[in-house]
Amino acid sequence: MIRFVKHYFEGITDVEIYPIISLLLFFIVFITMLIHVLRIPKKNIEKISNLPLEGDENINNYE
Amino acid sequence: MEKEQFYYDNKIVKLFLIATIAWGIVGMTVGLMVAFLFNFPNYMEGISWLSFGRLRPLHTNAVIFAFVGNGFFVGMYYSMQRLLKTRMFSDTLSKIHFWGWQLIIVAAAITLPLGLTSSKEYAELEWPIDIAITLIWVVMGINMIGTIIKRRQRHIYVAIWFYIATFVTIAVLHIFNNLELPVSAFKSYSVYAGVQDAMVQWWYGHNAVAFFLTTPILGLMYYFVPKAANRPVYSYRLSIVHFWSLIFIYIWAGPHHLLYTALPEWAQNLGTVFSIMLIFPSWGGMINGLLTLRGAWDKVRESAVLKFFVVAITGYGMSTFEGPMLSFKSLNAIGHYTDWIVAHVHIGTLAWNGFLVAGMLYWLATKLWKTELYSTKLANAHFWIGTLGILFYSIPLYVAGFTQALMWKDFNPDGTLVYGNFLETVTQILPMYAMRAFGGTLYLTGFILLAYNIYKTAKAGSTVEDELVEAAPLKVISKRRLAGEGWHSWLERRTVLFTILTTVAILIGGAIEIIPLIVVPSNIPKITSVKPYTPLELEGRDIYIREGCNNCHSQMIRPFRSEVERYGEYSKAGEFVYDRPFLWGSKRTGPDLHRIGGKYNDNWHFNHMFDPRLTSPGSMMPRYPWLLTDDLDVSDTEAKMKGLVTLGTPYTQFEIDKALFLLRNQAEEVEKNLRQDPEFVKNYGDSNMETKEIVALIAYLQRLGTDIKKGETAQN
Repeated sequence: MIRFVKHYFEGITDVEIYPIISLLLFFIVFITMLIHVLRIPKKNIEKISNLPLEGDENINNYE
Repeated sequence: MEKEQFYYDNKIVKLFLIATIAWGIVGMTVGLMVAFLFNFPNYMEGISWLSFGRLRPLHTNAVIFAFVGNGFFVGMYYSMQRLLKTRMFSDTLSKIHFWGWQLIIVAAAITLPLGLTSSKEYAELEWPIDIAITLIWVVMGINMIGTIIKRRQRHIYVAIWFYIATFVTIAVLHIFNNLELPVSAFKSYSVYAGVQDAMVQWWYGHNAVAFFLTTPILGLMYYFVPKAANRPVYSYRLSIVHFWSLIFIYIWAGPHHLLYTALPEWAQNLGTVFSIMLIFPSWGGMINGLLTLRGAWDKVRESAVLKFFVVAITGYGMSTFEGPMLSFKSLNAIGHYTDWIVAHVHIGTLAWNGFLVAGMLYWLATKLWKTELYSTKLANAHFWIGTLGILFYSIPLYVAGFTQALMWKDFNPDGTLVYGNFLETVTQILPMYAMRAFGGTLYLTGFILLAYNIYKTAKAGSTVEDELVEAAPLKVISKRRLAGEGWHSWLERRTVLFTILTTVAILIGGAIEIIPLIVVPSNIPKITSVKPYTPLELEGRDIYIREGCNNCHSQMIRPFRSEVERYGEYSKAGEFVYDRPFLWGSKRTGPDLHRIGGKYNDNWHFNHMFDPRLTSPGSMMPRYPWLLTDDLDVSDTEAKMKGLVTLGTPYTQFEIDKALFLLRNQAEEVEKNLRQDPEFVKNYGDSNMETKEIVALIAYLQRLGTDIKKGETAQN
């Protein structure tokens, strides 16, 4: 099996770097995002998480 | 600041709601029809457009794009207006989106039973409809982004991020997977061949699940679960982490559909690693959804809506646990091609999608028609019948999947297969199929109760098509980050930038996985004895595609002892270089066909197509009698070959010019073979069989997998 698939990427120089780049990329993006998320003030978080619950009841409501 | 008055557009929400219910019933009914075919293969005797291979794509397309798709649009149009405190960007675009989408569904419902299909799973629709989908999708996108831009609410709530990700990713996936060269009004060939086509297709197929059945529904979850529970989402921070890591990781996981195939090991491993990582964001989202109900569990007792949501989110957790598990190669070796996968996807669709949409519809009905639900009792009945339906559907299929996989791999001490006849492994699981059909019946029954309940609610209520509201307009502020403004908060008010970053996140995975495969085709090991199909075989292959044979038969022998023993030499990447589209299949309801060529004589195939039970007693394959009576259409043969030459198949000018002559010659050969059987001469002696479709199909089947036997395997 391996014998047949090895050829695929031999033509690309330094193909091993692909998965490493992608993992690093993901890791960096993830950590940066995590730090930012943790630093959002609690007050703001509370405000935005309540957005769906804000009175969207209309003024011509049937009640 | 002074408040502005404006109206929410409820009419568009209502239209989509009605469409969701109608198409839900249609899609599930077709599903039930195909489920019964497993136990009663003859009940649609002789009607070509109701045969399994044509109905199964209709079922999948209907439930995915018509039922869940419309369900998403219901929630999207309702929640976006309210979260952004504005009417939709354009009523006209909303209407075009609605009617365009329904027309596309109707077109699918007509063309798929007619056998007009590109055969690529969940992307079966032919090229004119593909173009229509692209246009309507862009209309929806403009309407979505336009609405976000004219909002009166600074912050864009997390649900809408999921909607944006859905829009951009499905656009990218749809376009790249459907790149095809039209050869006639309803026939096209994929621009990719073989391994590349498989890779692009499953990059699409997997992410259609991710971005059509997961992200939109997560968006709905983040809006409607807090609404129904009347409390904010458990952790908004978690939802931000959930969003970015989910869309970033999901896009990589496609190759787990191709483990142990001729796909490069490198891509397979990448798919496995990312699939396993995927459990973290998925479960993060599930926990976020479930814990939103913290302190409100007493409400679950009374509220049918919350019951549906709880089972939906639990189903999401189950299927996103199972997905990564199935991506481990050892488990995939058991699950792939079996009913385990069918059970797995139905936990996702019936529980996660179906129940979340059902809960949302019940909740919305009361809001849209300004009244109480007609019957909470009936909604609860739907919940219990539906839940039982899910269990009756999935548990028997899990058992069936394991049973069959173990039977396939069972060896005698002398090294022969215990169940050398594939059919033995099928008849063994017939009772499970019957139970599955029962489960499906329950689920559909529940859904019909929903339709009735909502109809009665609508009749009792009053309708407000344009709902008057008021909100303060947004103050114009700098496009730059304000003092003290968080990085992500800033990003969230830059709609277009946000959309672009989302696109980048999903493009990285796709690009790194696919581009190397496309741009270095010379790296696919060439097998010199593999030649293009003859004109007759090409027509036969297109009949194979038209009848949807790939829905039940794979053409990919994995390098396992059990498969090599059963089917022959395992499949090599170089054997598929002329396969446009690839036909590897994803499920073995019947045996693999990659090495079927030469295994039986032409008469066997002839009789088998007329009635599979003549040659294989107990078989559940449908009959294909029309292949024996319908004339082979050769009007496009030359155009097809020319099209394939454009794509790179090395037909010579001579072969194209003489296409029909070559085709007739080979057809006569097949007829001559058939006439060696006196039974054939007696029954069909005068019927001019060489001009019928069956001859082309036999020629194709007899060619399958035989090329590498003709010469040495040469690798460059």
